[in-house]
This record gives sequence, C-alpha cells and structure tokens, in this order.
Amino acid sequence: MWWRNCRLFRLRSATRDRMLIGTSRALACVSALVVVLIVAFLIGESAPALARVGPVRFFTDESWHPTADASAGSFGLVPTLVGTLLTSAGAIALAGGLGILSAAFTRFYAPRRLAGWYALMVELMAGVPSVVYGLWGLMVLVPLIAAVRPPGASLLAGIVVLALMILPTVALLADAAFAAVPRDCVTAAAALGLTRGASVFRVVVPAARSGLFTAVVLASARALGETMAVLMVCGNVVRIPRGVFDPVRTLTATIALEMGYARGDHRAALFVCGLVLLAAVTILVATAHAAGRGRPHGTT
Amino acid sequence: MPFPRLASIVLSIALASLIAAAGCAPGGSAGEALRRGTRITLTGSSTVAPLMSEIGKRFERRHPGVRVDVQTGGSSRGVADVRDGLAEIGMISRDLAADEADLHAFVIARDGVCVILHAENPVASLTNEQVAGIYTGRIDDWSDVGGPDAPVTVVNKAEGRSTLEVFTAYFAIDPREIRADIVIGDNEQGIKTIAGNRHAIGYVSIGAAEYGREHGVPIKLLPIDGVEASVRRVADGTFPLSRRLHLVTASPPRGLVQELIDFAQSLEVHDVVEELSFVPTP
Repeated sequence: MWWRNCRLFRLRSATRDRMLIGTSRALACVSALVVVLIVAFLIGESAPALARVGPVRFFTDESWHPTADASAGSFGLVPTLVGTLLTSAGAIALAGGLGILSAAFTRFYAPRRLAGWYALMVELMAGVPSVVYGLWGLMVLVPLIAAVRPPGASLLAGIVVLALMILPTVALLADAAFAAVPRDCVTAAAALGLTRGASVFRVVVPAARSGLFTAVVLASARALGETMAVLMVCGNVVRIPRGVFDPVRTLTATIALEMGYARGDHRAALFVCGLVLLAAVTILVATAHAAGRGRPHGTT
Repeated sequence: MPFPRLASIVLSIALASLIAAAGCAPGGSAGEALRRGTRITLTGSSTVAPLMSEIGKRFERRHPGVRVDVQTGGSSRGVADVRDGLAEIGMISRDLAADEADLHAFVIARDGVCVILHAENPVASLTNEQVAGIYTGRIDDWSDVGGPDAPVTVVNKAEGRSTLEVFTAYFAIDPREIRADIVIGDNEQGIKTIAGNRHAIGYVSIGAAEYGREHGVPIKLLPIDGVEASVRRVADGTFPLSRRLHLVTASPPRGLVQELIDFAQSLEVHDVVEELSFVPTP
C-alpha cells in the first residue's frame, strides 16, 4: 500500500500510538467542549431574564404574556413544562409498549422473509422527516379528532404523532437489545419445555431489560425535543390541559413560535425555556445512568 | 512516563481550542466592508426586518462590497437609532407619530390582515363587536351569530407576531383576554388549520389568504366594515385592517442609502414583497 511509505507509518509504533491517543483526546475534547459551550451560551443569553424577572417567577406566574417588559409581562412556564412532560409521557407509554412488542415480533415470531420487510418498513419510518408527520397530523388526524371533540388540535393529537415518530427508535433499539441476549438463553428455555411466549416474556425480556430501558430513554429524549410536528398538531394554547382533548403548548413550540419575533426580555425568556428543556433532558439521562448502573446488562 | 502523557494532553487541548477557534473566526469580508465604510445598518420593526433582509441580499448582489445589516428591536428602536445615528435607516411598521415629523419616511409596502372562516361556514360577515366577542369568549357558539349549532374554534397567533398586534389594536382587544383554542405561528399554518376545521375562525395576512383561496384551499375572507378583504383594497388604502410599512432616515437620504430606499420601493422587489404576504404600494 502507498500509505505504508508515508512518514507517519514509519514511526515507531509507540510514537504512533501516542499520536493516535492525542488525536482521539482532541476530538473527545471538542465534543465535550461543544456541550459546555451550548450550556454556557444558553445561560449567557437567558441571564437578562433570570436577573430581571427572577427564576422564581418563571414557576409562579400564572400565564405566559412575555411581550411586555420584565415588570409588566408574565412569564409562567409551568403550563408549557406540563405540556412537554404530558405529550412525551403519553407518547412513551404508547410507543414503548408497541415498539418492544414489534421488536419481539420481528425477532421471535415473524417468518424470516416477512421480518426482513417489516424491519425495512420500521427503518423507513425512522427516516420520515418530522414535518411530514406534522403535516399528516394536521390534515388527517386533527380533523378526525375534531369530528369527535372540537377543536381537534389537542394533547391527544400530539401524543399520537409523537408516538409514531419515536416508535422506530424504540423498535430498532429494542431489536438490538434482543439480539444481544445470548442464544443459549433461548435454547435453554426451549429445552426446558417453555412455550415461545413464556421464553420471550419470561426469559428474553428480563435479560434484555437494560437495553430496553436505554431504548425508552433515548426515545423519551427525542420526544422531549421534538418541535415541528408537535407545534402543528397540539393547538399551542398556554394552559394546563384538563383532558386529552384540550390543546397544549410545549417548551419547544414556544421557542419555535416566538423566537423570530421576540426581543429584549421576551427573547431572553425563550432562552430560559431552552435551559429548562435542557435540565429536563439532563435529569432524564442522569436517571437512566443511575438505573443502568443498578441493573447491569443481563442480570435480573 | 509522565512527560509524554502530559505532552499529549497539552497537545490535545491545543488542537481542540484550535478547532473551536476556527469555527468562531469572523468572515474577512465583513470587516473589510466596514473599513471601507460601505455598510448600511437598518434597525427597527420585526415585521419589516424579514422583507428588508431579503431586499438587502438582492441589493448586496448588485453592489459588490456593500453590506446591508438588518437588525430587529421594534419600531421605536428604529426611530431612536436613526435619531442617534446608530443606524442609517429605521424600519417602522406603523404611521409616524406627531412628534416624529422630523424624520423622512418612505412607504415600501402595506400589511393587511383579514378574518377567515372555513368555506362551508354559512356566516357571511361579522360585526366588529362580534369578532371581539368571539375572541374574548363572550360568544362561543356559531348559532349566536347566525351560524350552525356548533362551538367556535378560536385560532389565535403566537405572542409577538405582528398580525396579532394589528388585529388586537383594530378590534380593541386586550391580548391577555383572548380565549384561544389553537395558537398558530405563520400564516400558512393558520390557513391549513382553518381549512381543516369547519367551525374555526382565524386571522392571517391578506396576501397569504387570497393566494390560498385562489389555489383551492376551502377558506373564505370576511369583509370588515363592509369593505371586501382583498389585496386590491389594501393596496388602495380602503381596507381598514391594514398599515403601511416605512423606512425612515434622519436627514434626506444620499448616496447608497438613497439607492437602497429607491430599490426597496421599485418594481424589481415586488416579488419579494408578495412572497412575504405583504402588498406592494402602487
């Protein structure tokens, strides 16, 4: 090979190793630095609002009317935070079960040819842009819900669209988790005379538990951050919903709807939304980390 | 071996900051344009800003080396910055107040807002009181205004949108009193929402609504004070729910500033004006 003659490859292997370590360290530093810079940027941009409005008022003000200045406006984030958590939780409840069952189907029940096609469909689903899901929700799902209970744009519509979007994430990761379960477990279960259902749900699922947990956590993070589709179907009214047919506003929708026109304290308040969202995701990931450490892969 | 290890850490941090710095390095051309004094700064209304930044881009292409810098901050900031000499041109989305007569104003477009319903809604017109009543929740069923027996779905714009300001100012509604069922962002989303819900009422820019209706979207534009809602009526100034978008300068414009203002008023940018749902001035 031509590159064998390059100077780099004629160096002693120890030197080469050191260079490799240096390079990978540098790249790791850059990735870490990006996250740190994002956090610093968010804090910097939201500082005026945190200073003038005060962190407490974001949780005690009753409504969201941030266009007036800090003293006259009201900056309640609780309804939007509740909206974000409810849509994500609902979507996870729906997509978590469906995704894990769909992975169990492809791996243990479906005929091989069908499983191949099915997996392809799920992968395709993961590639559909979020705005397409939103458009479908707006044109098909919302009028359908409106026929039952107007106005249609609601928490329910948001949950369904979000569930569809995170379903492939759950299904693909759950499938990978099932694949990682040692083949011996399955054969041993069969040798003991367990039915297929019992071996899947009593042996494989518990063994793949930490992998399934990761799947759900990653999907939740995606659900929390999703913007476009949710904005199109949720109604975006800043109010705590009293039922699934009530409209909700999420934190991401607030940022997307208002950023283009915001200025002064309003703009800074939107960065506070971003900060709160980041905090929610951090808590989620930290919980997952802690839970993952408590239950190592493969143990019950 | 502690030394090589230390060296590799130092090297890696140095490399990391180098890569980070490369990402932040400012473009050379901007600094150059500033030195040669060919930067035109515009500040003011966030309604006019998207329009002027598109026009500015086109202007920059025709005048290589010139940079048009558009910043938002509200009409009042536009007035203040022009007076203080911080900006060459101010952008204002309302008519000039009496104490602003010292400024030189140039109309570049009009912005009209109209109330829209689903095409199958039998209601043909609403009085101003009825519109205000619907938006503040005093009227919540179409049967109260001569329509079918169905609850009204109130579609409102998100906080900070200019159409919201125009709408609430005209109908004398306090934005805090609006009881909305759906909150939308841009005009397109509003039109799709109304088209998908037979019992919805909303308001959008006239340009966008007329374009939608002409392309088969099932919506209808309600007249206001008996004046039909159309781009034509906005252009000739008879439609009440509209306002003029201005550029202002502190002294009579000269040189490049004059050229940019002339360009923003010319036929050559009418397509940009229409694309942003504004109405070109005749």
